[in-house]
Amino acid sequence: MAMTLDLSRWQFGITTVFHFLFVPLTIGLALLLAIMQTASYRTRDDAAKREKWEAMTRFWRRLFLINFAIGVVTGIVQEFQFGMNWSVYSRYVGSVFGAPLAIEALLAFFLESTFLGIWIFGKGRVSAWVHLASIWLVSIGTMLSALFILAANAWMQHPVGYKVVGNRAIMTNFWAVMTNSTLIGSFLHVLFSALVTATMLVLGVSAWHLLKDRRAGHTPQQVFATSAKLALVVGAVAIVATLFFGDNQARIMDRQQPMKMAAAEAIYNTQNGASFSLLTIGDLSGNPIFQIRLPHMLSVLADNNWDGTVQGVNQLQASEAAKYGAGNYKPILWVTYWTFRTMVGCGILMLLILAAGLWLMRKRRLENSRWFLRISVFAIALPFIANTTGWIFTEMGRQPWVVDGLLKTSVAVSHIGTGYVVTSLVGFTAIYSLLGAIDFGLMARFAKDEGDLDEHDDPESEPGSDRVPALVY
Amino acid sequence: MPLIFASAAPAYTGFEVFWFVLIAILWAGYFVLEGFDFGIGIMLGVLGHGDDLDRRVLINTIGPVWDGNEVWLLVAGGATFAAFPNWYATLFSGFYLPLFLILAALIFRGVAFEFRAKRAFPAWRLAWDHAIFWGSLLPALLWGVAFANILRGVPISANYNYLGSFFNLLNPYSLLGGVTTLLLFSLHGAIFASLKTTGDLRARATRTAMYLAPVATAAILAFLSWTYVNAHNVHNTGLVPPFVPILALAGVAVVGWLLREKLEGWAFVAMAVGLICLVATIFLNLYPRVMVSSISPAYSLTISNAASAPYTLKVMTIVALIFTPLVLVYQGWSYWVFRARVQRPAQGEPEAVEPGPGPESPEPVGATSPTQSPSPGSGVS
Repeated sequence: MAMTLDLSRWQFGITTVFHFLFVPLTIGLALLLAIMQTASYRTRDDAAKREKWEAMTRFWRRLFLINFAIGVVTGIVQEFQFGMNWSVYSRYVGSVFGAPLAIEALLAFFLESTFLGIWIFGKGRVSAWVHLASIWLVSIGTMLSALFILAANAWMQHPVGYKVVGNRAIMTNFWAVMTNSTLIGSFLHVLFSALVTATMLVLGVSAWHLLKDRRAGHTPQQVFATSAKLALVVGAVAIVATLFFGDNQARIMDRQQPMKMAAAEAIYNTQNGASFSLLTIGDLSGNPIFQIRLPHMLSVLADNNWDGTVQGVNQLQASEAAKYGAGNYKPILWVTYWTFRTMVGCGILMLLILAAGLWLMRKRRLENSRWFLRISVFAIALPFIANTTGWIFTEMGRQPWVVDGLLKTSVAVSHIGTGYVVTSLVGFTAIYSLLGAIDFGLMARFAKDEGDLDEHDDPESEPGSDRVPALVY
Repeated sequence: MPLIFASAAPAYTGFEVFWFVLIAILWAGYFVLEGFDFGIGIMLGVLGHGDDLDRRVLINTIGPVWDGNEVWLLVAGGATFAAFPNWYATLFSGFYLPLFLILAALIFRGVAFEFRAKRAFPAWRLAWDHAIFWGSLLPALLWGVAFANILRGVPISANYNYLGSFFNLLNPYSLLGGVTTLLLFSLHGAIFASLKTTGDLRARATRTAMYLAPVATAAILAFLSWTYVNAHNVHNTGLVPPFVPILALAGVAVVGWLLREKLEGWAFVAMAVGLICLVATIFLNLYPRVMVSSISPAYSLTISNAASAPYTLKVMTIVALIFTPLVLVYQGWSYWVFRARVQRPAQGEPEAVEPGPGPESPEPVGATSPTQSPSPGSGVS
């Protein structure tokens, strides 16, 4: 069983991390594309402007569609693996946790898949207005999907609106589940971070093209200059909102999951006016060897109070053991400590980059600022690192619980043979690696390719390939 | 074998029955809709063999709708989780390896639709076409195997855990079920192709469907007969009402005749009726069970012992009653938008010429040997 448990956890982690490389980009790019297409619709009487916005829509939609496909298919694994690998969990929580999942499929998946079909294939078959509405509906679908899946996740972090009857949790208040304080913070944090992810990609890819134009002595292409500016404006708003709601989440977490907060900081003993550790190198028993700390910052972060109390891992371990019985209630501290730091660090870096970009934009020096454009290209990696470490922190910080205070991960796993899990773990990992590599190659290729910016026919075909106007795929 | 529900039949709540029926409807919808797009995937290797452009036309017949069709599966899965957690947990953990294979197939297939057009070179396209073919064929087979096993009974313990191995799932009855769905979906796909394409491809699709129709009819007849025997002799449940399996058979049986009369649209409708009645037969035969235990009838999962809390069922019922009609309306509308047949680009148009390393080598479509990979520059005939 122990082997089945560990392997199932690895499979869940690998699938989720892989899935979430694609999902935020889907959510963010869908919204950016809706904005771009709206701009092209509104400028339909001004040929020059309209063409620019149309070219932008065409360029970014190719990246959107490559990315979308993998997000969708890995989502199916996400939905099925609860039953496959976590059947004890599924029986226990189905009445509460299953509901948002089913509603997500009914409300969000139908919406995004049907209107994505209309959007990809429907140009010329539906009016321009309906075509525009369909990308907005896709965007709304992606956001609804995030809302319901996060409602399910928020319930695992902070169960509400339920009671335990026999050996399972029973939903008693659906409204409470959907207005969980944990959900509101995490939904907005995830939504804005998805927008940041898309804007950092748009900014970085645009910067690459602007650099290329600059090197070749061309005037910067309007499509990329405008894309970069749009990304800077939307991204700046989104990163501030992401940090704001992240901070909001930290406060909620401090109340609801104090162990996770303590683990994020590797605070071993309860303290008042706790400082925030920027960097600590220490041994695993909590004795720092080298560290940089911001005085009082952690108390402010967690409690909004200069001298607020932050509970320590050791005290929390003792109180949890008293409450739930003997056992280890500590997450793996080096994981929580470093993933939290990495996430926040990437967020701050993105804030600085976007602020610098806005300033350059105001000074009309954006297209000529080589250092900024170069940094922007490399900064494409930042949101992906932040998203990944953020989820690893959130999920591993909750351990040993799968549902906080209710059900331990160790008992939630299916009673299935280790051989089956080995097979699927190896299989899924191989599939994800292969598709990840292919996806990366295609994304890079189409991100660099300017081939169809001036074309007016089939946006799907790549330059020089066969053009079959009636066929999209 | 004792009678299962002959005495002291427990009363089931209206919500439990409603969700059982709704999940049956979701599976019926899934079989009808994804059935033809699996069929189109399989037809890539039959109708589209040796011609990239034909395959491309076939893919585009389902291009705007396949993803929406697959959502029926996701909703069925989610609804099972929320309404019958024990059913979801036992089924998904018990049928672990077949589900892994289905997931792997659906992953490759879904990505293939999007990726194949992104590069022009033949090996790339052919690889993704293989992914679509196998990614359609495997689930088409395995869903039949899965449902036949649910109905036939698998070793389920008193605490609802599946005790068998992967090989328990491979038995003559379930394999017959798998072959049946594979043939039905292939036929369904061929009919859809004849309905959505033009010219030579359409003619070949109709011909292929006419060849497939009697084979598929034989398969569903055999599967329904075996199911009938099981229902009476093994489960003592009977198969009620009998017109449902008869309609399932009749729907498939009339397809050949309808195609000969050039009534492609009606053939598609008959096929849909056949598939809906097949799913209805399975679920009617199951009711009130959702999974049959081969160890003891007392261990079978029913709509009562597998069910979620009444409150959850009530909330879910409200959500379903509001949003399902809405979804049906806009999904139906999307089919209306794409009702036109997909045209194969005419010969001579520069757009239709494939870039290939070799010179154009016109060859009669469908005349390539089965082992030969499609020529990159295969001509438009």
